[in-house]
Formats: sequence, C-alpha cells, structure tokens
Amino acid sequence: MPDDRSIVHPFWLRITHWLNAIAVILLVTSGWRIYNATEFFGFGIPRSMTLGGWLAGALQWHFAAMWLLFFNGVLYLLINAFTGRLRRQFFPIRPRAVLQEMGAALRGRLAHDDLRHYNSVQRLAYVFVMVDSVVLVLSGLVLWKSVQFPLLRELLGGYEGARRIHFFAMAGMCAFILVHVVMVVLVPRTLIAMLRGR
Amino acid sequence: MIQRLRPHKIVLPGEGADMLADAIGRIAQPSRRAFLKRSLTLGGLTLLTGCTTSDQDSIEAALMRISRFNDSAQGLLFNPNLLAPTYPESMITDPFPFNAYYSEDEVREIDGDVWRLELSGMMADRRPWTLAQLRALPQQSQVTRHICVEGWSAIGKWGGVLFSHFLKLVGADLGAKYVGFKCGDDYFTSIDMATALHAQTIMALTYNDQPLPPRYGFPMKLRMPTKLGYKNPKHIQVIFVTNTYPGGYWEDQGYNWFGGS
Repeated sequence: MPDDRSIVHPFWLRITHWLNAIAVILLVTSGWRIYNATEFFGFGIPRSMTLGGWLAGALQWHFAAMWLLFFNGVLYLLINAFTGRLRRQFFPIRPRAVLQEMGAALRGRLAHDDLRHYNSVQRLAYVFVMVDSVVLVLSGLVLWKSVQFPLLRELLGGYEGARRIHFFAMAGMCAFILVHVVMVVLVPRTLIAMLRGR
Repeated sequence: MIQRLRPHKIVLPGEGADMLADAIGRIAQPSRRAFLKRSLTLGGLTLLTGCTTSDQDSIEAALMRISRFNDSAQGLLFNPNLLAPTYPESMITDPFPFNAYYSEDEVREIDGDVWRLELSGMMADRRPWTLAQLRALPQQSQVTRHICVEGWSAIGKWGGVLFSHFLKLVGADLGAKYVGFKCGDDYFTSIDMATALHAQTIMALTYNDQPLPPRYGFPMKLRMPTKLGYKNPKHIQVIFVTNTYPGGYWEDQGYNWFGGS
C-alpha cells in the first residue's frame, strides 16, 4: 500500500474493476441471448435485455469479451496475491462476524467509517464473486472446448453439466451485482472512491 | 430471409479452388449485409452509447476480426490426439433431432444410384466416387455427442469411412490448410486440415447401422464429434482441398469458422 493513507483503491484496482464491469455486462447480456437459443430452464430472457441481435452476433460478443474477463481477471488476482492485498483485505472471514454484520446491515446499522477496510459481509461477497468468476471461466472452457479439457469436463458433469453450472454461476454473478449496486446506492461515496481512488 | 446460395453450380476448373473461394466470398456478401442489419439492435446498447450506424458497422467488423483471431487461437489449442467421449448405445438420443437451415419437409431426396462424390483442388486422384465404392472401403462406427451451436446436444451413432484414410487414398495434400464441402442442399462449409485428419472424423454413410436417412444427410455427411453441428455438412457432393479460406454458409454470416473443440 502506498504511504498516502487517504487512498482507498489503488489505480490498478480501479482499472481492473471497471474493465471487469464492462466484460461482465457484455458477457451476461450476450449470454442471455445465447441461452434464449435453447431455453433449457423453460423461460426466455426478454430480447431487449440481450446483446447481439441474433445468435451469431451474441456469440461474437461473448467470445470477444471472454478474453477481457480472462486476462483482466488473471491480472487482478495476480496483483492481489503478490502484493498481499488478497490476504490482508479479504481474510480471515469469520462466520460469526458475517452473521452479526449481516444482521446489522439489514437493520441499516452497519457503519462504513473506513472504506479501506472491508467488513466480513463484504469479504465474503467479494471472495464469492472471485470464486464464481473462476467457475464461470472453467465451465465456459468446457462448453467452448469440451474435447480439449477432458478432466475439467468430467469434474463439471460433462458438457450438459457444465452448461447448467455456467448458467447458475451467471445467476450468482447477477445476484452479486444486484446487492453490490444497491449497496453503492446506499453508500454513494464508495462509487466516488472507485472512480477517484479516495 | 437468408439468401440461399448455390455454389455447387459453379463449374470448377482443375485447380479452381481459389476461384471458388473468391466466388463464394462475393456471393456471400448479401447475406453478410443481412447479418450486419440484424445485429444493429445490439439490445439497448445503442440508446446508451448513441452509436451511429457507421459505428456499428465498425463494431461488427471488429467482432468479425476477433472471431477470425479466435479461429487461430482454437487451431493452436486443438490437440489432434484428444478424443471426444464415446457413449454406450443405450444412451443414444431417440429420436435424434433434425436440424438444418430449412425445415424438415424441405429435406432433399438424393438418388444414391446417380449420386457421385466429386473431388477437386489439391489432390492427386480427383476421379468421382460412387456410393458402392465408398461402402466397399473399411468402415468404422462411433456413438458420440453432437453439440449444436444453439446449446443443445444429442447422442447418436454414425458409421462410415475414416476421413483421413480417404484423404490419403486420393492423394490429398495433407499439408494444405482447408478442406471444403459443397452439398446437395446448397449448404457449404469448410474445416481445418488438423480436424479433417482427426481419428473420429468420418465420412458417415450410416446412422444407427442403417443407410443414412435423407433427414440426416443421405448419402453421406461428414461426422466430427469435435465440431459443432453446423460444421458437419450433410448430402455432400463435392470435397475440395485448398489453401484459400473457403468460409461457409453460416460462417459467412457470423458463426465462428473453427466452430468446435
């Protein structure tokens, strides 16, 4: 961490956060159009919420944005791991603290005095979305290259298993985004911090 | 409606694969434009960004370039020694779904007695083949999963001639980049040579141990469990080997050319 104690988010973090946001929006909206080609859970996504116009367009967006998600995600995880930020910011996650702070948050009493410090619910949510992104990439690899990754394919229940895992991981990502954006609306200075760094 | 292409009516001179590719490229332009027009909506993104039509044309062009880059990336990822999983016959999907760019009542009836498999491009022996001659070659079968670009998959059993065996038999240039197909239903597509030589790529003459029924591509389809459905051409009439990118019916409209695993 730089000496400047007023910095909440370093520059690299803000860049990777917003690149990731772009990649996720492109992937989720084009993914919905791809899902609509065979609505295997019995419902379709409204067309106006999807990206790509038709299946081939959606696939082109999806297989372009995947590179951004992948390389940006690897960069994010590597910098986090090597600077020690991952361990410092996200761990430990204590179940008791998560429950207490979850209760406080629901009663609207969770304090956000210091944005540099993540509370236990935040830690859990951010670690969840990191793991969820890894699951999305791995299940996506099986769907894209089912012959080339035999071990991964069998671990994820074959092509059809990976298809469902990919969908549920997407749903998990969307649930995270929903809560994340609601929290930003409730505590708007977190948005300023993610833009300006302080 | 998508314009139907009839490239099988182009007469190929002896070394005409390059000309063919060129012609296909030009003919394909109208459908390419249709793709651009269809993609213009881009969900609600247009409203958010205020993109103009020319911006969207360049977005489409960029996406197409990335898709071609992905072809190269997939070529590098392709391990020719890895096999697609095979399944017991009890897992065969019955009925196996019909899928094409036309509906099932438009399936072409091809007369197997007059049908000839024509060969063209970079191969030594371009004499046409009869169905009986193909059936006399060594046969093998596979129970594999067919994966559609739409996401669904189904398991089926196909039998026929190992394509690498056939290509060697006719003296095809195995160092060439592409193998192209023109079909009796006006469909056309092309694949990379590495996939053409894969141990599970077969010229399928049977489905479920019976002669290939018309809806599954009588008299012959190319069956590749490493490729998505639209890369597996049915009713094949012409096979050509070339170094010039031949594209394909759906590929020219935006589906990824490598299209497989």
